[in-house]
Amino acid sequence: MLAPGHRVSDRPETAVGRRPLVYLRMGLAVALVAAAPLILHTLGFLGLVREAFWLTVLCQIGIAVIGAVGLNLLTGASGQISLGQGGFLAVGAYTSALLVTRFGVPWPVSMVGAILLTSAVGTFFGLPSLRLSGLYLAIATVASQAIILYLVKNWDAVTHGVGSVVVPRPWLLAIRLDNDLAWYWVIASAAALAVVTATNLMRTGIGRAWIAVRDQEVAAAAVGVRVGAYKLLAFAVSSAYVGLAGALTAQYTGIVTWERFTFDVSVLYLAMIIIGGLGSVSGSVYGATFMIALPAWIQQLGQSVEDTFPVITAKLPAVQLGVFGLVIVVFLIFEPRGLARTRQRINVSFRPWPFRA
Amino acid sequence: MSTLTQLTVLGLANGAVLALVALGFVVIYKATGVVNFAQGELLMVGAYLVAAFLGVPGLHWVLALVLAALAAATLGIAIQVLVLRWLVGRGAVSVIMITIGLAACLRSAVQLIWGTVGQDMPANLPGTAVQFRGLGLPNAIVLPSTQLWAVVLAAAALVAFAVFFQCSRQGLAMRVVAEDQQVAMLMGISVRWVFALAWALAAVSALVGGLLVANISGVSIDLADFGLLVFPVVILGGLESIPGTVVGGVVVGLLSAYASGYLQGQVLGLSLGAAHDVLPFVVLVLILLVKPYGLFGQAQIKRM
Repeated sequence: MLAPGHRVSDRPETAVGRRPLVYLRMGLAVALVAAAPLILHTLGFLGLVREAFWLTVLCQIGIAVIGAVGLNLLTGASGQISLGQGGFLAVGAYTSALLVTRFGVPWPVSMVGAILLTSAVGTFFGLPSLRLSGLYLAIATVASQAIILYLVKNWDAVTHGVGSVVVPRPWLLAIRLDNDLAWYWVIASAAALAVVTATNLMRTGIGRAWIAVRDQEVAAAAVGVRVGAYKLLAFAVSSAYVGLAGALTAQYTGIVTWERFTFDVSVLYLAMIIIGGLGSVSGSVYGATFMIALPAWIQQLGQSVEDTFPVITAKLPAVQLGVFGLVIVVFLIFEPRGLARTRQRINVSFRPWPFRA
Repeated sequence: MSTLTQLTVLGLANGAVLALVALGFVVIYKATGVVNFAQGELLMVGAYLVAAFLGVPGLHWVLALVLAALAAATLGIAIQVLVLRWLVGRGAVSVIMITIGLAACLRSAVQLIWGTVGQDMPANLPGTAVQFRGLGLPNAIVLPSTQLWAVVLAAAALVAFAVFFQCSRQGLAMRVVAEDQQVAMLMGISVRWVFALAWALAAVSALVGGLLVANISGVSIDLADFGLLVFPVVILGGLESIPGTVVGGVVVGLLSAYASGYLQGQVLGLSLGAAHDVLPFVVLVLILLVKPYGLFGQAQIKRM
């Protein structure tokens, strides 16, 4: 019963009072992820989309989701801007690739190694966060990106320098992971694991402490949150996710080169979580999907009109870049809390639906 | 010996350009509180604008430079008025991200208008080869005049900006806004106009920097990479300090010039040939760990 004059709150609902709906939503999400290849296959069969292309895009989205979820724990939840995402992805990718090719480690073990090492490197570069915040920290992470990329490019003895590391196609039990469909299941499972762990982590004391540090550092310290420890923990946990994403990139693409991990990648990931919604795990998923699917869609669109306008092919990267920039600007001005907020707004407007226009 | 001199001139030339670009960065940061990740793109756009106006047949080069500077200033004002005005009072992440978005837009626009292939600066700027003899040196040293011009012109531009801030009414208004926005409003200063002016000045100083760099290495998209090098410079000097940008620029310029000249070979399989790219960032991290707010920056005090 609503008291007179009471307005429907647009604050995010907590899951507690609305359990059945939460399970329904989770079930729908799982069903959608599971059915995606089938839907794609049907659409491809009908000639509406290029199935192989979009399956690759789905795999890329899955990896991006893991990285974005990780970055959102750091930037969204604990409020520390990181522009070093590309570098940390590189650490994960090279660690996993080199463990497999040099030391003959089984690839799942190499992923664990990648997660641990990336986490350690991330924590190291998080050390300035103990003394810095905001703008200065952002600049410090730019430096970490430059330093890691330099090491990867020039440490010939370890990373083959500017060359590439070729990773053999891995086996999962009796299945050889050499096609996008097989990889889709592996990546989707990993992404689901990342989403579930991150969602739950946000409900624990750790997640609450991060939010406290983000919102009021001094107040958090006053109520007994060890600010420094939780900041470093955020770097460690976030980098662990990023390490997983990097390792998956290495194993999935089968080849590791430094070009995949430039500053532009760091920017792309930051854009994902801002467009998805800072501090929201589901927002990371929306943002990653949007920012990977959009350029892919533009590319498809460009190729489809290629025959009529041959000029477009050369201009395509510039168009993609421009749309990328415009999307960021438009979202920051008109929907600063991202797609997660858009979804909430839609939910709220539908809640009293049959009874009010 | 001659290597040292050449490297020093090269370092000073780069440092002077970096100082100019960093000056624009600091002006924006002081006046509006925005950390501008699009500073390198402003430099790139500036270089393209200069090249475009110099390329107009029959246009005197002085007039061409003035028109280019006006165009850059208009672009700066447009960025503030059309985009950044909406973000007053938002968090650091949003503000940083919107400048990154703007950077992508500028880069894309340049690629769409002028293509992705680099070009040479139209050669109608005055310039002569400069030879140094004597000075106790065994051989005559031939220095590219472009590098010397870069040092001289950048120094002149920096002095001009300093005079503007110290002596003009507008400069005074900008300093007041940087000090305290509320006081500035009470004094009848239009804070909006000062914000726009800050962006215009930043765009023009980046244009001068772009002109000088492009005169040495040609006009291309890669000029935007100078944007990231601004960070070591401003961290060295402090985000709020205008004299700091000169110190930071010269230190970073000389450091990478000497590193490119003298650091070679391998250490533990790590080749040092490209170390000059990364050395400024190593210095940046070290400074942040020891003196978090730079050599001339103001310490931030956290309040609840």
